[in-house]
Amino acid sequence: MTTARAAAIVLAKELRLEFRARELLTSTIVFALVIVVLFSFAFDPTAGESRRYGPGLLWIAFLFAGSLMLNPSFAREQSNSTLDALRMAPVSPFAILLGKMLANLIFLSFAEAILVPVFAVLYNISLVGVAGQLILVLVLGTLGLVITGTVFSAVASHARLRELLLPLLLLPILAPLLIAAVESTGALFAETPSLDRAWLAFLAGFDIVFLTASWLLSDFLLEE
Amino acid sequence: MIGARMKSRVPITIAAAALIFFAGYAALFIAPDERTMHEIQRVFYFHIGLWTGMYTALGLAFVGNVAWLFTRKPQWDWLGVSSVEVGVASCTGGLITGVLWGKPAWGIWWTWDARLTTCFILWLLYISYLILRGLIEEPQRRATLSAIFGIFAFLDAPLVYASNRLWRTQHPSPVLFGGPDSGLDPRMVRVMLIAMVTIVFVVLLVLADRYRLEKLRHELDELQLAADLRSAAPNSVASKELS
Repeated sequence: MTTARAAAIVLAKELRLEFRARELLTSTIVFALVIVVLFSFAFDPTAGESRRYGPGLLWIAFLFAGSLMLNPSFAREQSNSTLDALRMAPVSPFAILLGKMLANLIFLSFAEAILVPVFAVLYNISLVGVAGQLILVLVLGTLGLVITGTVFSAVASHARLRELLLPLLLLPILAPLLIAAVESTGALFAETPSLDRAWLAFLAGFDIVFLTASWLLSDFLLEE
Repeated sequence: MIGARMKSRVPITIAAAALIFFAGYAALFIAPDERTMHEIQRVFYFHIGLWTGMYTALGLAFVGNVAWLFTRKPQWDWLGVSSVEVGVASCTGGLITGVLWGKPAWGIWWTWDARLTTCFILWLLYISYLILRGLIEEPQRRATLSAIFGIFAFLDAPLVYASNRLWRTQHPSPVLFGGPDSGLDPRMVRVMLIAMVTIVFVVLLVLADRYRLEKLRHELDELQLAADLRSAAPNSVASKELS
């Protein structure tokens, strides 16, 4: 079986699981919404300040939500030792990892698709005309978040205090991604919106570096 | 055995102490006065030495992490954890000397410049590495998972640096190989090299000690395991030999 086919099967399994349980997405979206609302109370921004702090707030909300949402990705395979069953399949470990990364990408993108319009309304930011470019930035940024996050979810799943450990491992690694994502989102939210190619290239570079590293290290990551 | 090892350590320790004394003396009294910053600039010699020590240690940690994954020899895992601990300690020293220098030189304790931010993020990442190790019980798994995290952290360092470089930067540009207008008084260069060699020497010395400690812990664990097995099976060959 090819890696792509195996990854698609893992992806389908993750989606089916979430579709039946519907627990992860709801809590993630509400959690991110809570952050957005609390920030508004904490800083009480004016229109100009919203434009300036909005991108940062949005990405902090995604990072926090992601670092909590990604935890069950591998942790829930622990309770019934289902990861051992997955590993028994004659496929490369990277296929399992890739399937989970894609599932997490879909979950987090779905949460963002709901969150961004709500954010735009609450903070009076117009998305008209920049929606396509914003999607590009969101996808590249979210990709970097789920690549590192899924790997660290597997790392943390074997540790004690894993719910606390995952954000601790993940958030500092994401510092460069946060800067790049906030800067490129900020350029789109500005008075005269523009697409910052340098930061977009940086985001793509981040994704490539860590996807390659995950591919090279997946055998060790998922070994018994 | 241990006595012989302790004895061989004496000349090395004396050499390290002498080097530290000489480097300190050179930095405080031999190096010329800096034109604008005066005395406070002398912290530079220790500052740059600590960073050299940190990069040496973290480079060794990366070697240890990669080598563990491919060879599975516990020695590499010991190297990984020892280097990270010593690297974090040098990084802490570098950050503290930097903050002490920053206040009089720039008028601020801290700024989110590329190099400062990179080191701070590295500090956080490698502390997370140590926390991660503390939270995994099984030694093989602890070694493998922390090695993977260590490799990710190491890969992240240039990205943190590049992102902050693109963003903004305030730290003085490199004085060595930094273009025609940069450069140090030759006496300053000599003192700097002495300080760098001294601190890297001390870092490696501490690292070797930490490595030995990790090795002893490993041996202790194995002895403990053997003792447990022996008491669990009282009729085994081992206990007969003892009686």
